[in-house]
Amino acid sequence: MSEEWVEVGSLSDIPKLGARVVNAPDGDIAVFRTASDDVFALRDECPHKKGPLSQGIVHGDRVSCPLHDWKIMLDSGNAVAPDEGCAASYPIKMDGETIFLSLTPNEGCPNKG
Amino acid sequence: MKERLIVIGNGMAGMRTVEEILKLDTEAYDITVFGAEPHGNYNRIMLSPVLAGDKTIDEIMINDEQWYVDNNITLHKGKTVVDINRKARKVIIDDGSEYEYDRLLIATGSTPFIIPLPGHDLEGVIAFRDIHDVDMMIEAAKNHKHAVVIGGGLLGLEAANGLMQQGMKVTVLHLVDTLMERQMDSVAGKMLRKSLEERGMEILMPASTKEIIGTDRVEKVVLEDGREIEANIVVMAVGIRPNIELAAKVGIHCERGIVVNDTMQTFDPRVYSVGECVQHRGETYGLVAPLFEMAKVCANHLAQHGIALYEGSVTSTKLKVTGIDLFSAGDFTGDENTEELVFQDASRGVYRKLVIEDNKVKGAVMYGDTIDGSWYFDLMREETDIGDFREKILFGQAHLGDSGHGDENRIEMMSDSTEICGCNGISKGDIVNSININKLLTLDEVRAHTKASSSCGSCTGLVESILAHTVGGDYSVAPHLKPMCGCTEHTHDEARKAIKDHELKSVRAALDFLEWNTPDGCGKCRPALNYYVMCQYPDAESDDSQSRFINERAHANIQKDATYSVIPRMWGGGTTPTELRAIADAADKYKIKTVHVTGGQRIGLYGLTKQELPEIWDDLNKAGLVSGHAYGKALRTVKTCVGKEWCRFGTQDSTQLGVDLEKMTWGSWTPHKYKMAASGCPRNCAEATIKDFGVVCVDSGYELHVGGNGGIKVRVTDLLTTVKTSEEVLEYGAAFMQIYREEAHYLERTAPWIERVGLAYVKEHIVDDDDNRKALAERFHFSQSFAQDDPWEARAKGAEKHEFEAMKNINA
Ligand code: SRM
Ligand SMILES: Cc1cc2nc3c(=O)[nH]c(=O)nc-3n(C[C@H](O)[C@H](O)[C@H](O)COP(=O)(O)OP(=O)(O)OC[C@H]3O[C@@H](n4cnc5c(N)ncnc54)[C@H](O)[C@@H]3O)c2cc1C
Ligand code: SF4
Ligand code: FES
Repeated sequence: MSEEWVEVGSLSDIPKLGARVVNAPDGDIAVFRTASDDVFALRDECPHKKGPLSQGIVHGDRVSCPLHDWKIMLDSGNAVAPDEGCAASYPIKMDGETIFLSLTPNEGCPNKG
Repeated sequence: MKERLIVIGNGMAGMRTVEEILKLDTEAYDITVFGAEPHGNYNRIMLSPVLAGDKTIDEIMINDEQWYVDNNITLHKGKTVVDINRKARKVIIDDGSEYEYDRLLIATGSTPFIIPLPGHDLEGVIAFRDIHDVDMMIEAAKNHKHAVVIGGGLLGLEAANGLMQQGMKVTVLHLVDTLMERQMDSVAGKMLRKSLEERGMEILMPASTKEIIGTDRVEKVVLEDGREIEANIVVMAVGIRPNIELAAKVGIHCERGIVVNDTMQTFDPRVYSVGECVQHRGETYGLVAPLFEMAKVCANHLAQHGIALYEGSVTSTKLKVTGIDLFSAGDFTGDENTEELVFQDASRGVYRKLVIEDNKVKGAVMYGDTIDGSWYFDLMREETDIGDFREKILFGQAHLGDSGHGDENRIEMMSDSTEICGCNGISKGDIVNSININKLLTLDEVRAHTKASSSCGSCTGLVESILAHTVGGDYSVAPHLKPMCGCTEHTHDEARKAIKDHELKSVRAALDFLEWNTPDGCGKCRPALNYYVMCQYPDAESDDSQSRFINERAHANIQKDATYSVIPRMWGGGTTPTELRAIADAADKYKIKTVHVTGGQRIGLYGLTKQELPEIWDDLNKAGLVSGHAYGKALRTVKTCVGKEWCRFGTQDSTQLGVDLEKMTWGSWTPHKYKMAASGCPRNCAEATIKDFGVVCVDSGYELHVGGNGGIKVRVTDLLTTVKTSEEVLEYGAAFMQIYREEAHYLERTAPWIERVGLAYVKEHIVDDDDNRKALAERFHFSQSFAQDDPWEARAKGAEKHEFEAMKNINA
């Protein structure tokens, strides 16, 4: 599969422990930045009741959904047990401070949009 | 010559029997005790808190060596009895010495079961039973990282929690797919799993262990399905076996345990037995409550009173992991003849299930809030007919009357025979009597006199409430010792004190200084820390928006469909045609579907997208409307009535007073939301007596009411004081808000806070102490000088743009 990378902005556009939204053709994608400046992208829809994950509180390698507090893993998009479900995750590539996002979600999660 | 009593086993059941004998008759026997462990008598239950670092070995000693000396008891510690000559009435010790008895008490407890897997004898594979095991675990944690606990029952989870507190990475292997399946149903089991995993525990189930691998010391554990888990220590907590070895060897009748009758006598009438080694009416027990009942009966017979009978016990279980409350008793699975009553509030993490048969409680499982556990347990044991209150039973004893009572009422309503301390079988009546007769004032004194709350400690809160209820104002309730959340051991008060004492001016500084267990906290503790920092250092620009819940970060309330609501302030509930026009125009312009008059005397607009927020705020700002903070842990509304200006009964200008209060307090952040009201007369149309701070105007001045709450649990205010002028109202209002801001825990409203600290405390600091009141008010105004900026205005002008705009739009 050919990866198509889209430049979406720079690291400094996202607050540490925060997120920003990228409006994409298949629906919004949330781009997160952790305390250690790792960047992850997930479909902006909680597997529970579609809460906007971009609006949650980021901590460690997780985000707490703003609606009912499910915890979602930033790397895989999986809900932390015992909750079950996933938000599709999208590949990210960094070139220095510049963030590139692939619109082809990683395999493994049916919740693509 | 006195008769000679020999006790084999220096554990909880044996020594409790000796204590009970001494209570009845100090001269009955010459007592000699043999204990295989090299210690005095300690509280085995408390090994879990010792492992978790919450207690020291010294603190869990029940009877130190001096106690034996003082009571003329000969203690041979570190000595094992290896044989008994029943004909000659002698016990034989491992060093070869022999001692004669007239009566013998066997209290050898039980031995942990070790699964004979390949590798079970490697160094680092241990059980969890005694001080030695705990020492080994603490030692292992110093040098190693990975621990595996086999068994997800009560003991296994307490071991796993303790090892985690010691800094190890812990994996629990459990054979079936529900934790503590003998005490929990699958719902409660899942909630428990979730809390433990949130703390960082790894739990694999169903998981069956195949072998343990290592050269000298364990290195890993291999499961039947091939998975391998790194392990430097393996704790087996898969069950216990009554320790009957010695008794069986000398021909005393044993089945699973040493068989005893209702007077705790074995088949050899000179030999008694109590504790986990015993089998009574076919049952064996693994909890202290039944053992203590046995001890009482046994002592009664040994002291020749000969009237008590042991008829078996009904037991209940609690887990001793700080911050996790669960309770289970009786038959919690039920069958075709039973019904289930279930209450679940997932957001508060609360679950209760009662199993009912013929209107009688047969069993209960509770998770999250277990305060009513002892009540249900009582109903169960007394087989009370619950027909009259079964619709309300799930809400707890306090809700049997109308709605909303405090702890006080709950204590009041308990019958004297309600059991409070399950471990020691102490009832409310016992405690109240002892407090009155012995003039007890502290928890420690109650423990010393009644033994209540001295074993597993899970009834401590109830005992404190009874103490508070019985001695009234002389007693100040001990602070909540719960850690803030799974990320730390620190309590709210400790974190707050550190922030103050060590000048921690940011969330990050606090996390680092207090050595949080998680890299950057979680959605529960970070907002709390952020509030504490802001409250302490209002001038330090310390606010961290990433530590705020979305509503406070976006200054609007998020809705179920990810849109937001906008509620502008209407000072004291008043408005003008210009404001109404601006709201109507905005409602048109943004195609607002719902315009709602809120319960707080103002107007809410619903369904805005996040991008629209700064724009609508700009429009509203132009008509003079500012943020109503309907989304914040902050001052919300000040409700008023029309008062003296219009109303034929009005005594003062309550409307203006409300506006003044709101102008003074808007923009302030508080531990939880904060609401006020001012009513023009005691008819109280503004409902001031269910507000955090309420004013009821009277002819002679103003009554000030505090600590009210509508909402989930209604609480009517307490009267703080009455003042003469509106200036005084404002001063008291500022001071009360500030003491609440400085002292309440995050997410604790004024109502529970006042119940915790007591109205007397508040009066002492605000009414009786003029200087302190003025100082509090001054600190409030200082803080306000930084807080009173309309957040909407700043954002309408472009602040925090990133919060409201997409990073990129690829659709365009
Ligand atoms: C808008 C409003 C309902 C309405 O349309 O009338 C409302 C709406 C919500 N209330 Fe309320 N409450 C509203 C007045 C009240 C009142 C009445 C009052 O203030 O006089 C009460 C009872 C009085 C009290 O608080 O003591 C009230 C007791 C609650 C509670 C229970 C609080 C408690 O201590 O038991 C919650 C839950 C919480 O805060 O944890 C809550 C929580 C909520 C939340 C914020 C739930 C949430 O987190 O999303 C609702 C937000 C909907 C939204 O987006 O606006 N709301 N809520 C009212 C806003 C008043 C305002 O102008 O600011
Ligand atoms: C970590 C942990 C947590 C627990 N938590 C709880 C709880 O929360 N609630 C609860 O109700 N229960 C709890 N229990 C169970 C409770 O501790 C036991 O039920 C209780 O200690 C049993 O008392 P016992 O006197 O029968 O046995 P023990 O206290 O084990 O005493 C037996 C003693 O006899 C000695 N002994 C054995 N054979 C000989 C011999 N031949 N010669 C000399 N001495 C001998 C042993 O060394 C031991 O010291 C817990 C247990 C553990 C290990
Ligand atoms: S009562 Fe309050 S919290 Fe409940 S649905 Fe209505 S607005 Fe929401
Ligand atoms: S929508 Fe995310 S937790 Fe409910």
